[in-house]
Amino acid sequence: MKKNPGMMFWEVLKSFFKKPATIKYPAEKFDMPDKYRGKLKFYPEKCIGCKMCMRDCPTGAITINKIGEKEFEAEIDLGKCIYCGQCVDSCIKKALEITQDVELAQFDRNKLKVTFSAQNKESPEK
Amino acid sequence: MHDSHKFKIPIGPQHPALKEPESFSVALKGEKILGVDIRLGYNHRGIEKACEERTYIQDMYLIERICGICSHAHSTAFIQAVEEIASLEVPKRALYVRTIIAELERIHSHLLWLGVAGHEIGFDTLLMYTWRDREIVMDILASITGNRVNYGINTIGGVRRDISSDQMKKVLKAVDLLEERTKYYIELGLEETTIIKRLSGVGVLSYEDTLKLDAVGPTARASGVARDVRKDDPYAAYGEIPFEVITDNHSDVYGRTIVRLKELMESFKLVRDCAKNIPDGPIAVKAPRKIPAGEAISRYEAPRGEDVHYVKANGTEKPERVKVRAPTLANVQAVKHMLKDRFLADMPIVIAAIDPCFSCTDRLVSIEYSNRGREVISWKDLHNYSINWHREHNGIDFTGLNKKYLDRINK
Repeated sequence: MKKNPGMMFWEVLKSFFKKPATIKYPAEKFDMPDKYRGKLKFYPEKCIGCKMCMRDCPTGAITINKIGEKEFEAEIDLGKCIYCGQCVDSCIKKALEITQDVELAQFDRNKLKVTFSAQNKESPEK
Repeated sequence: MHDSHKFKIPIGPQHPALKEPESFSVALKGEKILGVDIRLGYNHRGIEKACEERTYIQDMYLIERICGICSHAHSTAFIQAVEEIASLEVPKRALYVRTIIAELERIHSHLLWLGVAGHEIGFDTLLMYTWRDREIVMDILASITGNRVNYGINTIGGVRRDISSDQMKKVLKAVDLLEERTKYYIELGLEETTIIKRLSGVGVLSYEDTLKLDAVGPTARASGVARDVRKDDPYAAYGEIPFEVITDNHSDVYGRTIVRLKELMESFKLVRDCAKNIPDGPIAVKAPRKIPAGEAISRYEAPRGEDVHYVKANGTEKPERVKVRAPTLANVQAVKHMLKDRFLADMPIVIAAIDPCFSCTDRLVSIEYSNRGREVISWKDLHNYSINWHREHNGIDFTGLNKKYLDRINK
């Protein structure tokens, strides 16, 4: 490198007027890319109960229960889920979808278990 | 201190300078290292065994999580082996997409290494610079694949996501920006006296020793051994795109820095060529759930070196055996050699220079007895131990079920 101490001055000046490389996270949100794999969403009316998603899930995070005649509900354990999106690929009826929702942290492990049933009744917290 | 006095200091498994649990026992005479004893195995996660109990589709995501930095390397190596057994013809476009992701991953890994190397020699400004620039390539990977680290882009028979022309423009723009930054780092690496003086002559591994100790990746290429799987045994789209294998004759940590920096420039070229030549067409073929019986070995040039995966299929949905040899395992013997008769202060940078990833490497089963010390347990003993354990603790006897297997191994 050239030995010129004056070079530092320009670097300081340039950085002074530049925006920081970081973002102030909780205040400013990061735009998730379109293909981002976040929290799963389940459409009970489309599900035919073939359980292919259950079979392909690497961690066993998803369970499909039969609750009535041609009615199914999905129990998704978001604590176990590794967000690979394989269930979405495996679902032949497109009953599963990935959303851009990433803020899923909870203090209680039980709150991570989400049930999607026909009435579209989600558990009170996320 | 008396001359004949020998000091032995343990570094690790938990140590502020190490990012992963690994134990180095260093014998010292003054500041000089007489010998190093490396013990692996603190991070053993039983991934290979877990693979045997999951289907091929599930294994793909498990294999991807062996390592956070070469996740695409591991998953592609595994998938290539499975595709070879199932004799699937992967579409050209899928191979090009895999190549683009692989090269972007190499860029991100090398930039990460440069930052870590800067940190180890006390040049933290370099760490801040390179890791800031690494964010660019991480964001690009996130926009293409949907995630920054575990991309999940591979599937048996192709890739899961296509790259649109808009995204390709974004990629090329990012590559231009990164190339400009890398030129600055190359200038820095070649001219900055701090880097040259600190890294020259540290961790020397001669050409002959490299061949003898079977070092791979940039470690070997920095000693003048032009060993690169992308050239020697082309996979994905590497056979169709011209590129150079970067070698250097410094044979030390400085040489490894130069090799990695110049490889970055090659990667930019490769990404551009792939983007230009990418063919149209489907991105995946339908793969069967049951893979026919057979076995295959697949090689892949990960950013750190050659990654080898062995897969044995038995005609069911689950593999019979999966074996992973990560590049760090090949390089770890070289580290021992590099450290001998050198100074203790050089140890962090010499270890960091092979870009170690111990979570990839750990595959050993050893048991410790309080009175007899440590010993390595064989597969047969482990098998018998598990049967006895279940008999004693759960009252289940597997001996009858395993008779056929036992007959085979007892032969």
